[in-house]
Amino acid sequence: MTSLAPGSANPAGAPRSAIEADSTSQAHGAPAHGADDHGGHVDARLFGLATFLVADGMTFAGFFAAYLTFRAVNPLPADSSYELELILPTINTALLVISSFTFHRAGSNLRAGNQAACRSWLLGTVALGVAFLAGQMVEYFNLPFGLTDNLFASTFYALTGFHGLHVTLGVICILIVWWQARQGGRITQQDHFGLEAAELYWHFVDGIWVVLYGILYLL
Amino acid sequence: MTVASPTDFEPQGLQPQGWLKYFSFSLDHKVIGLQYLVTGFIFYFIGGALAGVIRTELASPISDFVSRETYNEVLTLHGTVMIFLWIVPVVNGAFGNYLIPFYVGARDMAFPRLNAVAFWLIPPAGILLIASYFVAGGAAQSGWTAYPPLSLSTPAIGQVIWILSVLLLGGSSIFGGINFIATILKLRRPGLKLMQLPMYCWAMLGTSILVVLSTPVLAGTLILLSFDIIAHTGFFNPALGGNVVVYQHLFWFYSHPAVYIMVLPAFGLVSEILPIHARKPLFGYTTMVYSILAIVVLGLVVWAHHMFTSGTPPWMRLFFTIATSFIAVPTGIKFFNWLATLWGGKLALNSAMLFSCGFIINFVFGGITGVALAQVPFDIHVHDTYFVVAHFHYIVYGGTVFVIFASVYHWYPKFTGRMLNEDLGRLHFLLTFIGFNLCFTPQHWLGLNGMPRRVAEYDPSFTTLNQVSSVGALLMAISTLPFLINVIWSAFAGELAGDNPWKALTPEWLTTSPPPVENWVGEAPLVTHPYDYGIPEGKIDLRVASGADLWFGGKR
Repeated sequence: MTSLAPGSANPAGAPRSAIEADSTSQAHGAPAHGADDHGGHVDARLFGLATFLVADGMTFAGFFAAYLTFRAVNPLPADSSYELELILPTINTALLVISSFTFHRAGSNLRAGNQAACRSWLLGTVALGVAFLAGQMVEYFNLPFGLTDNLFASTFYALTGFHGLHVTLGVICILIVWWQARQGGRITQQDHFGLEAAELYWHFVDGIWVVLYGILYLL
Repeated sequence: MTVASPTDFEPQGLQPQGWLKYFSFSLDHKVIGLQYLVTGFIFYFIGGALAGVIRTELASPISDFVSRETYNEVLTLHGTVMIFLWIVPVVNGAFGNYLIPFYVGARDMAFPRLNAVAFWLIPPAGILLIASYFVAGGAAQSGWTAYPPLSLSTPAIGQVIWILSVLLLGGSSIFGGINFIATILKLRRPGLKLMQLPMYCWAMLGTSILVVLSTPVLAGTLILLSFDIIAHTGFFNPALGGNVVVYQHLFWFYSHPAVYIMVLPAFGLVSEILPIHARKPLFGYTTMVYSILAIVVLGLVVWAHHMFTSGTPPWMRLFFTIATSFIAVPTGIKFFNWLATLWGGKLALNSAMLFSCGFIINFVFGGITGVALAQVPFDIHVHDTYFVVAHFHYIVYGGTVFVIFASVYHWYPKFTGRMLNEDLGRLHFLLTFIGFNLCFTPQHWLGLNGMPRRVAEYDPSFTTLNQVSSVGALLMAISTLPFLINVIWSAFAGELAGDNPWKALTPEWLTTSPPPVENWVGEAPLVTHPYDYGIPEGKIDLRVASGADLWFGGKR
């Protein structure tokens, strides 16, 4: 076990800049396991995940920028257009947005000590995620174009496919969390990093979809 | 919650000890740092051999040493190896992993396992890249930029392997960046403030922000490019309605910041080395910090200066010219701060200092040609000529590689507990400095007179200067011999260094050499003023747990 010494003998020297920040005041994370209790590392895992999601978001940003530029600059062949059927994707959007709330309910139930309800809400979230993926499949099979038909078709499949991959990974993560949140599992009322990480990731995937829906379907 | 530290998970006996630990999935940041360093040097020698093939070919105007296709493959591998397998892993991964936990007063990085994963992605990616030379059609031939449609028409297998390799290396880089950001912002020892961190921490924070923001864009772009090659989509294929300029925008959105990913850590390292060997405080700490942050912000909005001849509209040219010229301001601030640090100092002209001064000289040349290249009328004239080749080698070799050598001379005593031989070090510097300038200075003239880059053949009127350049390259190759002899011989028979041979105040020197597994026996020192050299004893504003005692020889 590592042991960092507690902050002893804070220097009396005058601060050199206004942007100084005290590390101990920034350290958040699981409250019961703060830096000073165990004398161990600060829990930086959620911070690390958030940093990773910034990186992941930049991948999407690159795709979005490419799509918008293609759309502004590259004319499509005469027999194709940027118009898409709207009903199914809109239902899908609603499913994902609702799933963010169900996941949040799962988290609050766990923190309130209601582990059984937490697991039910998790399963509900999984069901919504799977329904979204099924809806995506139905849409794919009913589209009038294939992957290589034109530039828009390729970009459409690349964007929705990359997002669908994220949703699939998210569903798998939630199932793992659901399994770990059983009685005697490693996720408990006190110690639930896995659930928080999966929730952060799921909200991220939902947020990306809302942007994607906006620029791909509505614009 | 306690996060993995080396001893948390690995019971003694399962984890290899001694030299074997350098071949294991070790979680110790110091082991990982040295793994990065040695791996990086292996790829440096491979990339250097490839450069040797290029310069040998270019010693004569016709393509006689290797075929044109082989030249293209060698050129592509040279660029990719040097950028992704040598400079980025060494200035970020090697020195970052070794030094950052010391500088923030931590026992290890924030995510030791992720750290080990990030390192172990590099050898397979490197082997994959080199091995692509032997597949059908050979290695990628489209240069390190892989511009379509060229990359769509050259042999596909090599190009796809190239993409896969760069994706693995990009992933490694992102994992490393996340780890550095979390370590610097979250793992600082209690009582240590941001504006008290050694400058290399700030450099790595800025670099890691660039890595996290820009590398994913390259990854996404290369995935689309691989679709174009494998699935025959048309994202970047004009024949299928695609747009090649979008590729260039996305590529340079990463690859211009990549220049700062390669050179900002070098700025940080040289800011550590200069004060120690000049026995003076680092001049202008606060301005140094803000110039790093300014370079990070500006570095993200200058990419299209690589595309002035790609049909870029005039407003875009204007914007990117101005933004690029602005970068000279924070960079100039850092340059003059280094000069002011040296001014009036008690300079020790040892190898570390010589290489650092070599860096300052070379870098100002590369910087000035950079400002010139930012001007559209000039850039159009020299675009894709050897002037550009000379410019970026002055930045990445004359700048970063010189700093890597300075850092090896400076931190070798910490890594091994033994000093490097100074005579061999000075010989190494002399050969490298002369060889480097002999190799790349003539290329400015060649470029101004219109010699295009990336072509195996050239107009016979360019022969003499190309031969001068090749002689310079030969000197650079020879210069690695004293270095290699030095690092290997000194590891076994070098003079014993003691814990703090430079009488330095930064925290990595306030422990044994080499350091124990958890960096310090007992409490981590609180170093709030890491550069307070040469300040009169009465006025000293120094609160170091043990560093002050070292510096004053126990007189207090």
